[in-house]
Amino acid sequence: MDSFFIITSLLKIVGILFVVILPMVSYVVYAERRVSAFIQDRLGPNRVGPAGLFQPIADIFKLLLKEDFTPRAANTFYYWLAPCLAVMPAIITIAVVPFGSTLFGVPMVIADVNVGILFVFAIASLGVYGIVIGGWASNSKYPFLGGIRSSAQMLSYELSLGLSVIPVFMLVGNLRLTSVVRYQIEHGWFIAPFVGDWINPWKWLLTIPMIVSFLVFMIAMFAETNRLPFDLPEAEQELAGGYHTEYSSMKFALYFLGEYAAMITGSAVIVTLFFGGWHFPGIPDGSHGWIFGLINIAVFFTKVTIVILFFMWIRWTLPRFRYDQLMRLGWLFFFEIALVNIFLVAAILPYIPKV
Amino acid sequence: MAVTVPRPRLTWRERLYLPAIVAGLAITFKHFKNMLLGRTKVTMQYPEQKWDSSLPEHYRGAPALVRDEDGRVRCVACQLCEFICPPRAIKILPGEIPSTDRFAKVEKYPEQFDIDMIRCIFCGMCEEVCPEQAIYLRKDYAITGFTRAEMVHDKEKLLEIGGVMHGVVLKWNEKK
Repeated sequence: MDSFFIITSLLKIVGILFVVILPMVSYVVYAERRVSAFIQDRLGPNRVGPAGLFQPIADIFKLLLKEDFTPRAANTFYYWLAPCLAVMPAIITIAVVPFGSTLFGVPMVIADVNVGILFVFAIASLGVYGIVIGGWASNSKYPFLGGIRSSAQMLSYELSLGLSVIPVFMLVGNLRLTSVVRYQIEHGWFIAPFVGDWINPWKWLLTIPMIVSFLVFMIAMFAETNRLPFDLPEAEQELAGGYHTEYSSMKFALYFLGEYAAMITGSAVIVTLFFGGWHFPGIPDGSHGWIFGLINIAVFFTKVTIVILFFMWIRWTLPRFRYDQLMRLGWLFFFEIALVNIFLVAAILPYIPKV
Repeated sequence: MAVTVPRPRLTWRERLYLPAIVAGLAITFKHFKNMLLGRTKVTMQYPEQKWDSSLPEHYRGAPALVRDEDGRVRCVACQLCEFICPPRAIKILPGEIPSTDRFAKVEKYPEQFDIDMIRCIFCGMCEEVCPEQAIYLRKDYAITGFTRAEMVHDKEKLLEIGGVMHGVVLKWNEKK
């Protein structure tokens, strides 16, 4: 039994990392370029292969073959360590996210830990170290400013990120992400409770704080993953590229990979918490046959893709916030909104008849 | 003098920002959708689409030597183009036409006729100065090569680009 557990875990890790996350990152980069181009009335990369679909492969080769340059003034050890620190948390976070129901009786989550969301926050906030250390070790002004901005920004948004999901766990009753999905299957997705006991009017009253919670969480997630309305650490116009100015070749690629992997895991967490995870109304879970297990996984990643496309859509619509606006938004609005939201849910919660 | 810029007072709806964000999202989505449906006009996709069909008559592309209907190379190696050429791109080596030739009375022909396309500035002075209507600027504009030597168009290449010119004065005909 133990060796079975180890082998399936290894298979899941290798599968999710090398079959799903890494190809997804490269194609998210491609999609980002195409979507941004389409939004700006351009065509984007369309030369390499049909519709430019081999562009990511060409990019990877280009990045691998570029000169790996280390500035003489940089602190070499930390300079080399920082890109790894940027990638690692983003990839580790996916471990606790259930990306499918079951496949041949094996639960499709790498580590079903009972601290679920705490683990996500704990690891995801380590991502800031990659940026801060990278900015510091480069020994150059612009990366340094980028690193400083990043640390301040992450600190401010971590708070609202944590507070905004508390209502979800007040309803679910524990922190395990699989039970969040389980709850949503029984009671309807938090954003749109159309399944389960959805006729209950209190349920619908509850969606209002849930939507607020979702909005705050998503906006905090934008800030957390350095996506555009809040991409101050890498503001090209102000900081000449921000924390990765001094990086080239594969080290720069690692930062890039870390950013997009963080985006994917962020979307995965959003999907799990608010959009019912791998659940879709009418599709049974993996215990009814392996084909449904695969469909559940496909549903999950389709939802993730939709959220990522929304990330991109936002990125190419909104301009960047000013630093003080960012701080004001984080501390004066989202923090308070998330806090009030918790009380609101707590006030509604006793009136919901237990099912 | 310091000027105080009046800041507009925002209503609560404007200060909420959400309507503005949604409007922005709608605009970008409209652009995305139009692009996806192929309604947006984009830049010409150069190597696949070219201007060739819509180039104007007076377009000045690569200079080329022409033959006439009789199949004679019209150039008589007078070297006027070589003199007029501002960047000195043209090099002509004149040769004598043997007396047995059909066009012996022309006397001279270019043994060698090189145009260095790295130097050529497409000014069209060679075409203008030519008393024989022998050199024309054609519509070729994508002149490329891997070496400098490749970029020098020799006589064969120039004749190949030029082809046969119809409707020119045939003053060296046997009858005249």
